[in-house]
Amino acid sequence: MAALESPLPGTPTAMRNAFGNVLSVLILVLIGVLAFSIRLFSVIKYESVIHEFDPYFNYRVTQFLSKNGIYEFWNWFDDRTWYPLGRVIGGTVYPGLTLTAGTIWWGLNSLNIPLSVETVCVFTAPVFSAFASWATYLLTKEVKGSGAGLAAAALLAMVPSYISRSVAGSYDNEAVAIFALIFTFYLYIKTLNTGSLFYATLNALAYFYMVCSWGGYTFIINLIPMHVLLCIVTGRYSPRLYIAYAPLVVLGTLLAALVPVVGFNAVLTSEHFASFLVFIIIHVVALVYYIKGILSPKMFKVAVTLVVSIGMVVCFIVVAILVALVASSPTGGWSGRSLSLLDPTYASKYIPIIASVSEHQPPTWPSYFMDINVLAFLVPAGIIACFSPLSDASSFVVLYIVMSVYFSGVMVRLMLVLAPAACIMSGIALSQAFDVFTGSIKYQLGATSNSTDDAEDNTSTNNAPKDDAAASKTDKGEEIVKERSSKKGKKKEREPADKPSVKAKIKKKALVLPLEASIVALLLLIMLGAFYVIHCVWAAAEAYSAPSIVLTSQSRDGLHVFDDFRESYAWLSHNTDVDDKVASWWDYGYQTTAMANRTVIVDNNTWNNTHIATVGTAMSSPEKAAWEIFNSLDVKYVLVVFGGLIGYPSDDINKFLWMVRIGGGVFPHIKEADYLRDGQYRIDSEATPTMLNSLMYKLSYYRFVETDGKGYDRVRRTEIGKKHFKLTHFEEVFTSHHWMVRLYKLKPPRNRIRGKAKKLKSKTSSGLSSKSAKKNPWV
Amino acid sequence: MAARIGIFFVFVAVLLSISAFSSAQDLQIVNAERRIDLSSHIVKAFLTLKVENIGKDPAAEMLLAFPPTQIKNLAMVQALAITGKKKKKIYLPLDVKPTEQPDAPNDTGYYRVKFISPLGPGETVSLEVLYILTHSLEPFPVEITQSESQLVYYHDSAVILSPYHIKQQTTFVKTPTTRVESFTSIEPANRAGKEIKYGPYENRASYSYTPVIIHFENNSPFAVVEELVREIEISHWGSLQITENYRLTHGGARHKGVFSRVDYQSKRSVSGASSFNALLAVLPPRVNSVYYRDNIGNISTSHLRTGFRKSELEFEPRYPLFGGWSATFVIGYRVPLEDYLFEASDGRRYLNFTFGCPLVETIVNKLTLKVVLPEGSKDPSAVLPFTVNQELEVKYSYLDIVGRTVVVLQKDNVVPTHNVPFQVYYTFKPIYMLAEPFMLVMAFFLVFVASLAYVHIDLNIVKK
Repeated sequence: MAALESPLPGTPTAMRNAFGNVLSVLILVLIGVLAFSIRLFSVIKYESVIHEFDPYFNYRVTQFLSKNGIYEFWNWFDDRTWYPLGRVIGGTVYPGLTLTAGTIWWGLNSLNIPLSVETVCVFTAPVFSAFASWATYLLTKEVKGSGAGLAAAALLAMVPSYISRSVAGSYDNEAVAIFALIFTFYLYIKTLNTGSLFYATLNALAYFYMVCSWGGYTFIINLIPMHVLLCIVTGRYSPRLYIAYAPLVVLGTLLAALVPVVGFNAVLTSEHFASFLVFIIIHVVALVYYIKGILSPKMFKVAVTLVVSIGMVVCFIVVAILVALVASSPTGGWSGRSLSLLDPTYASKYIPIIASVSEHQPPTWPSYFMDINVLAFLVPAGIIACFSPLSDASSFVVLYIVMSVYFSGVMVRLMLVLAPAACIMSGIALSQAFDVFTGSIKYQLGATSNSTDDAEDNTSTNNAPKDDAAASKTDKGEEIVKERSSKKGKKKEREPADKPSVKAKIKKKALVLPLEASIVALLLLIMLGAFYVIHCVWAAAEAYSAPSIVLTSQSRDGLHVFDDFRESYAWLSHNTDVDDKVASWWDYGYQTTAMANRTVIVDNNTWNNTHIATVGTAMSSPEKAAWEIFNSLDVKYVLVVFGGLIGYPSDDINKFLWMVRIGGGVFPHIKEADYLRDGQYRIDSEATPTMLNSLMYKLSYYRFVETDGKGYDRVRRTEIGKKHFKLTHFEEVFTSHHWMVRLYKLKPPRNRIRGKAKKLKSKTSSGLSSKSAKKNPWV
Repeated sequence: MAARIGIFFVFVAVLLSISAFSSAQDLQIVNAERRIDLSSHIVKAFLTLKVENIGKDPAAEMLLAFPPTQIKNLAMVQALAITGKKKKKIYLPLDVKPTEQPDAPNDTGYYRVKFISPLGPGETVSLEVLYILTHSLEPFPVEITQSESQLVYYHDSAVILSPYHIKQQTTFVKTPTTRVESFTSIEPANRAGKEIKYGPYENRASYSYTPVIIHFENNSPFAVVEELVREIEISHWGSLQITENYRLTHGGARHKGVFSRVDYQSKRSVSGASSFNALLAVLPPRVNSVYYRDNIGNISTSHLRTGFRKSELEFEPRYPLFGGWSATFVIGYRVPLEDYLFEASDGRRYLNFTFGCPLVETIVNKLTLKVVLPEGSKDPSAVLPFTVNQELEVKYSYLDIVGRTVVVLQKDNVVPTHNVPFQVYYTFKPIYMLAEPFMLVMAFFLVFVASLAYVHIDLNIVKK
């Protein structure tokens, strides 16, 4: 069809178009390969293993799904975690990632390609980042043409912010969600540009996939209404906008309600109300435009006064109902995390458990440079480029970047949402700059050689996107017809190229720069790009590929590996009873259930604050009180992470204040001040007695002094305060090779009265029992 | 395959019925010497027998008797005949088969040794018998703490259990250290250093049995592989991929109470004496792509030395194994195909590989060896020097359609002496090697044809 439509095969333009298409496809394939392979540093430098904390949970869920099937998965009640409460996994998890990986695994295995679930999980994120960069190409192409699209895709393929969440093994929701986010935006813009109901339906489906994948879908369902509102306010309402928005809200909300974790939240919580409000507004506007079309101007004025007066009443009622609904719920209908987005100080004031997570902190300036690097400087240029000329699509990406900059400023984790926007903007900026510079070089050279060919070149190749944008502005109506009749969007950029508009030609001439300046600017841009590539490769290789369950250090006699976490998880899984309960701080919950297959009290899901506070209280209490708490929870083993021997900074002693805070938030007898000496957190001889007697301190430093004679803690860089002490209610059952993980067992309770009487009687006869009686003064 | 095994059993049964005729009293043992080596957890006993035929008819075979406690732990019995004098001694392996006797007292178990040539009346023959016992050292005390060393019981008889009259016999027992808590003394018996000597005893009647218990220290690693699944995958593209799934436990006295890392690291000699954390696997030469991992990832403590005759993989489990602790891990490696796959004279191909477990000094309670033949191979048959359970399975691997035939060989109670070559014969046409590349080529071809068609076909109803 393409061959039939374009001018006769063999003419230079057709050849160039064909060549350009093949080249674009080739570049896109290479970008996909780049996106995939830059994320393999973790596998090459370390190993093919699931990373960090949350991915272990996702991996475990995927294992369950692949073993038991989809129906068992929806009904899965997990009794291995949050003992004794348990957790309904099927109803509380975003199933997108799991279902995706499960489907890939199932597909491969039905082709008799026996990849393990683990392998599929490890490589899901890199595969989806290739998809994400292709989606970025599509989105940016819709906004500013394929040149900008390719640049944006290449930038996204290696943007460090996204790499940090999608290296091989980082099997987390964000890995697929970013693809879903960009693809949903692409389909929205595509619908907006074409007015096709087909794309609108696809858009709702992509939104559904996004809802399945990540809680960040609320970003979409707020951003798109905002853009629609913006379009309406700026007088850009068109039927295409209606097609793009109304089906998305209706279908999207219905589909979102199908996801168990969202359910009725899709219509009940405040996060979604903006979309409904805009839905009403767009209908009102559509009605107004329709009536305006069929009535004479005079009649229209009468109608407006009528409608406005009735409309005001209706609106007032609706708003009143909404306000009443919102006010009736305690948090105003907003979830804690969303609230902390709107009010950055909310979490630290009311929900320490959200504030305690490092990725929920506001980012620092260096982290912007680390995560998006030179894009931060290119973004303003991209925004300017988006305003010349401003189209529906470019106003959307401008809105996208503005919103995401705000959100990334609140939570470091949402840097991830900013990254695609920054890539799109920078792609546009780079592409426009290259257009101008190469165009003027060509023009200058052409002017000297006085060739007529070059002028045509300028307009037909380099200017294609600009033409497109211009064309879409001038003859929108015509374009819709065109798009409807043609099934494939490919031709869209080709057709304007066939009939170069005079307007663009004039504009082109106006932007001609001196030859030398253009060459220098081009070289500088290339250097900037090179710097970006170097930074990204460094970030991928050094900063973001460590799996965090294995630590390495480079010493004089070669690489040293600290594999203590897996050592103790393996020990737990092989040498304890399958139903034993393990208590640890919630960070290690997911790993313990996934790697050791033991029941945990709390895990990284953090859905029950009281339960976490109970564990925090136990860790901050003296030994006997802690034993009682743990015993009441049926705990058999207590796991603590201790970095003092080798200098591993994120250990439990450093997290201890959060345990105290969270524990104290529910159980007021734990007071943070008791653990601080003059507001300072210390573990040396100046530390408070409460601190030195807390369970966490004792379990961390038990017999630590015997390693070097002084008890020098390499993380806190000080000698510990209390060196020689005995444990009365716990016994050490395992300590890993570098002491990073220490496991203690609760001593069984004694028989009280009779045991005591016996003990007294046999005190003289048996030396051993009298010794242990002395050891346990609580009998 | 099953029919062949059936025929074999019938054959054995016929042999048994014939052998029952020869009376046990026709033979007598002139001189017997037994050396029992208790230095590791695999008990090795060497018997040197001088057998004389005192009957009137030639005897074709003799019986070895084992008490019921030993027969269930007996991993292997080998016998050699010694011919020639002093310097020109020649050892000839003899055929040894388990057998049953109708009049066996107290569930005694028997092995039948077939002489090279029937023993004529009045003739004598010298035999060397090696038998290996597993799980025969019983830890006592059953539970020990980290600082204690491991003491074990060994039960046996001071005199050799035999259906024949033994004129003179001596038993030497070698213990790993000089620390022997106690031993049953049957006069004459004495202990010197690491050796306990029972005997010589004169003229003991057939089926004499005098139980003895030796209680001694044994801190050698009691490495017991509870289950080992070895999978050997043959690829005619040039390599054998071997994957070994281990479930390893410490079979000694159970660990009790505290495990202290401080003590374990600082007082290595007295702390956890019976524990072990280093293992050695002997792998074939020219081994490559070796990996050592478990189900939660790579285990970083291993070291490979490759050599011309063998490769050695030194590795540590994730944590030291104390009594009763267990660990699972996988070792995988690849060897070049031409070293192990040959073509027989009748055109069939055969794999010649080593049976048993590559770990040194370990007992394998249950060994399953799976030989995955390439897709399209037919008529598999396995040849082994001892009896194993055999069955066939089908496995689907990369892009298989009909599946690969898997020869499953299963044997219990395997010791390092079982590391002997075995063969698996099968027929295979090389054309099958091209099936999967051809499928891939076709798939890509179809994708391109489909996309060509998609680009060129106009599905619009209305022509523009």
